[in-house]
Amino acid sequence: MQEQLEEIRLKALGELDRINDVPELESWRVRNLGKKSGLTRILRSLASLSLDERRAVGARANEVKSSLEDSLEQRRQAFHEVQLAEFVEREAIDITLPGRSFPLGHLHSITQTLREIIDIFVSMGFQVVEGPDVEWDYYNFEALNIPEEHPARDNMATLWVDSPASKGMVPLLRTHTTSVSARVIETMKPPIRVIEPGRVYRYEATDVTHTPMFHQIDALAVDKGITMADLKGTLYEFARRFFGADRRVRFRCDYFPFVEPGVEMAIECLVCGGSGCRLCANSGWIEILGAGMTHPQVLERGGIDPEVYGSFALGIGIERLPMLRYGIDDIRLFFNNDLRFLRQF
Amino acid sequence: MKVSLEWLRQYVAVNQPPSEIASRLTLAGHEVGEMQAIGGSWEGIVIGQITEVNPHPNADRLRLVTVDLRTDRQTVVCGAPNLHVGDKVPFASVGAQLIDGHSGELVRLKMAKIRGVASSGMVCSEKELGISDSHEGIMVLPAEAPLGTPLADYLGDVVFDVEVTPNRPDCLSVIGIAREVAALTGESLAVPEASYEETGLPIDQQISVEIADPDLCPRYCATLITGVKLAESPRWMQRRLLACGQRPINNIVDITNYVMLEYGQPLHAFDYNLLRGKRIIVRRAAEGEVFVTLDGVERMLSGNMLVIADAERAVALAGVMGGANSEVTEETTAILLEAANFNPGSIHYTGRSLGLASEANARFERGIRPELTLPAVRQATRLIAELGGGEVARGLVDVYPGKHEHEPILLPTEKVRRVLGVEFSLDQIVGALTSLGFECKTSASASELWVTVPYWRSDVHQAVDLVEEVARIIGYDQIPSTLLGEPLPRQNPEPILKLKQELTGSLVGGGFEEVITYSLTSREMLLKLLPEPHALEPAPVRLVNPMTVEQGCLRSNLRVNLMTVLEVNRRHEQGAIRLFEQGKVYLPRTEGLPEEREMLCGLLIGARQEKSWRGGEEAVDFFAAKGVVEGLLGRLGVAASFEPGQDESLHPSRQAALGIEGNRLGVVGELHPKVLKAFDFDEPVYLFEIDLGALLPFTVGHRMFQPIPRFPPIVRDIALIVDAAVTHLQVQDIVKSFPLVTEVDIFDVYAGEQVPGGKKSLAYRITYQSVTQTLTDEQVNPVQQKILDKLSRELGATLRA
Repeated sequence: MQEQLEEIRLKALGELDRINDVPELESWRVRNLGKKSGLTRILRSLASLSLDERRAVGARANEVKSSLEDSLEQRRQAFHEVQLAEFVEREAIDITLPGRSFPLGHLHSITQTLREIIDIFVSMGFQVVEGPDVEWDYYNFEALNIPEEHPARDNMATLWVDSPASKGMVPLLRTHTTSVSARVIETMKPPIRVIEPGRVYRYEATDVTHTPMFHQIDALAVDKGITMADLKGTLYEFARRFFGADRRVRFRCDYFPFVEPGVEMAIECLVCGGSGCRLCANSGWIEILGAGMTHPQVLERGGIDPEVYGSFALGIGIERLPMLRYGIDDIRLFFNNDLRFLRQF
Repeated sequence: MKVSLEWLRQYVAVNQPPSEIASRLTLAGHEVGEMQAIGGSWEGIVIGQITEVNPHPNADRLRLVTVDLRTDRQTVVCGAPNLHVGDKVPFASVGAQLIDGHSGELVRLKMAKIRGVASSGMVCSEKELGISDSHEGIMVLPAEAPLGTPLADYLGDVVFDVEVTPNRPDCLSVIGIAREVAALTGESLAVPEASYEETGLPIDQQISVEIADPDLCPRYCATLITGVKLAESPRWMQRRLLACGQRPINNIVDITNYVMLEYGQPLHAFDYNLLRGKRIIVRRAAEGEVFVTLDGVERMLSGNMLVIADAERAVALAGVMGGANSEVTEETTAILLEAANFNPGSIHYTGRSLGLASEANARFERGIRPELTLPAVRQATRLIAELGGGEVARGLVDVYPGKHEHEPILLPTEKVRRVLGVEFSLDQIVGALTSLGFECKTSASASELWVTVPYWRSDVHQAVDLVEEVARIIGYDQIPSTLLGEPLPRQNPEPILKLKQELTGSLVGGGFEEVITYSLTSREMLLKLLPEPHALEPAPVRLVNPMTVEQGCLRSNLRVNLMTVLEVNRRHEQGAIRLFEQGKVYLPRTEGLPEEREMLCGLLIGARQEKSWRGGEEAVDFFAAKGVVEGLLGRLGVAASFEPGQDESLHPSRQAALGIEGNRLGVVGELHPKVLKAFDFDEPVYLFEIDLGALLPFTVGHRMFQPIPRFPPIVRDIALIVDAAVTHLQVQDIVKSFPLVTEVDIFDVYAGEQVPGGKKSLAYRITYQSVTQTLTDEQVNPVQQKILDKLSRELGATLRA
């Protein structure tokens, strides 16, 4: 009986080795482990054996059975691995083909720059305020200490708007966003921290550095105890975040009618790093913005007592910043809106 | 303002290198642009003396000049007409760099043989040295010029180009800049008072001066010099004038220019003998008065302009330009020298109206002080007496109706700290102010100063002005830097800012490119948007003084400039283009400022899905544009309606008006075929436009959370045959009106062979779902039957077999 079992086992394993496909595995199972197999017959005939024999043969028969079952399972797994490998091989793709289109557009580089600056100032507690593009001459000029026939008007050639005048005020296209500050001083109560982005306009012929319209951001802070040191700190913080911590900054005296003292901030030239080149006209510095302590008369005119409140103001021209950062040499590119330009940013 | 270092040194000791001076001036508010070194290229050029002049053996017009160079002696060939033994001249050795008299280029001097005679060096003209354009003869140096010394040591100079801010007319002068240099370097300034002898008849017997309009002329000073001889001004004066960018003319004109550059006070010289009636009247011009300025141009004056007149007629346009009728000429022998003060606004107005910009009005319009007239007229009179000969009349005309005392300004030292955020000592403050000529008196408390403003400063009126003076002299770098402290102002951002950001962000995420176009456009461009020409409604807001016709008015919509951008890009860009602009449009109002409306406009052209290796392309259509709007609004939680629209620039039957609760929000549609043609498109363009101000109120409402369904839905597809005129919206409204229906999606629209003529097939997927239980077919079937019954009853719909 034992010999018979061993013979069944060896024969079955021998057959299993020679099997080449999955259906044959099933017929092998039926032949060797099925109801009519030699092994099943032996297991069925156990009842007719003596107790001792039954125990010995039974144990051995079950061993053979599970051994054959294990071998079958291994064989089946092996077949699956091969099939999977073949399947995966058939699924191969050319991953160098381009991806399906997932079109993403671009914000205009001016919008990106505006948002970047706004984010910096918002993080310092400033709030965005907007004003009209078509503005009364009063807010653009008189309220800011620029009366008629003031020489400062010569640098801000004005486009006048054909629209009804009101209370002696005449409409124009604002020449700077500082006009928004004039309105804020009149309407808001301190403490004030505002940032005023927008379009500004000049009566100027278009060329590589001039367009009739461009963008500015003005900022205004009014509160008790605000000093020029706060202005300096705010500007340094802006410069540090916008241009990087290692770029040197210069703070010099300059004149704007609506501030006193007045300030101009420059950064170390981005091209030559301060040694002098064509971009910085050999000065090593690039002017970035104008600022200063809001002139007492400007505050007074808007109903804020300059003896009680300190205030600073600053104004940044926007187009110049991406021009410097990306080496753009013609300001008109921003407004030509050639897609080959827009998509670069 | 160009300032010569050599001239500056007349008033202040300069011990720093020029670059250091430039840097200090710049930081203190006077930006130095270029620094031009005169004589910077004069290596190898020394001062020589002509010892012999002999004829050239082979050329009549050339001569052999022997020059003593102290340590050496050279003989060179020269063609100049003014060679005299004993003259001191600049001598250039071989290797020196000179400007070629003909080409104007810098060239290196080589050994030469001229008509058979070797010449190793050159005596130079002013042009060859780059000093002036004079090339007629050799430059003759003053007799005291030190022999053998490098020319650069004797004549070299540095010219600073200083950008003077409009508030500092006092710095449009050499003395003004010298004063700044002195204050910034700790040196002292020395300006001697001009003195001369007055020997002629008393001036008031020879001229009378009346100021008829003292509001425009606070002060008028004049001197009279007779027996003057017109000649060239001396070389030293010419050199200084040239260095400062003024061309020498004759001694009298040069002196008025020279003193203006030196003191900052413009002067005018009249030919005294041409003044009729021996009177000067300063008056407003008559409206329409015609006057010929000394440039020969006839000018029409207005009543806001000031003239200097004699007894009969205007003789000068006050402070702007002299008249041809009283100009100094070769025949002039007597000079009435004017130094007056004029109202800055009036001068600015006159210069601007007549298009005349001169050195004189640049100073007057910035507001110089009347005190300046006297020292300037004295200095000029002295120079004329010295250099032009002549006799100075006794006395001086000084009509001064605008005289007023300037009160000292109170400066609490606390104010300096309050403005600058840093404490400077009283000594520092007084030191800075005194160095600029301010007089400081400490009050009893020692915490306050009474500061008297020097007469030349017209820009200092109040304490903060003094604070700036202190800050810029001590240095802005001495101010610390701090960050703004508490309290943080309350933030109330305008909701439209966030809406703008969200919409632009969504569009960029959806493949749209943002563009920024000018707010300006033209009527002609706006008219291109109309299929049939008619008046623009609303009429665009126009500019009074447009730069060009193309920028003659403000845009009344965004589409006009956006269409141009698309048109231009289409020339080089074939595939799909999607553009948008977010910005304002400007609409007229009968009173107040024009309305500025925040709009969003987008354009789509070309394939919606571009042809690729994965498959064919899918054309853009109305529904692509509509989908963008639905997506944008859906994300904002706004449910807008689309109804047939009446936008005349759009295709009449392919456009929808976007509305919500009776409010117009915008439009979406295909551009009208005629408009497409006007903009040179031969393919459809789709547009959407949203009025952000109108949309805003519907985006800010409170939204409630909807629970996520817990029970599975039952989904049924139906295909309906309906009349072609039946709309999707009609079907959808009926289906949605039934309970348990949560979604209705159309997934097919078909008209063609498979359906009868005049009919179409619409296929829907209906989702039934309950929030309380799992639905069964037994619950859904009767609802679906009712839906079909109602569709059949109201729309004549039948189920497609």
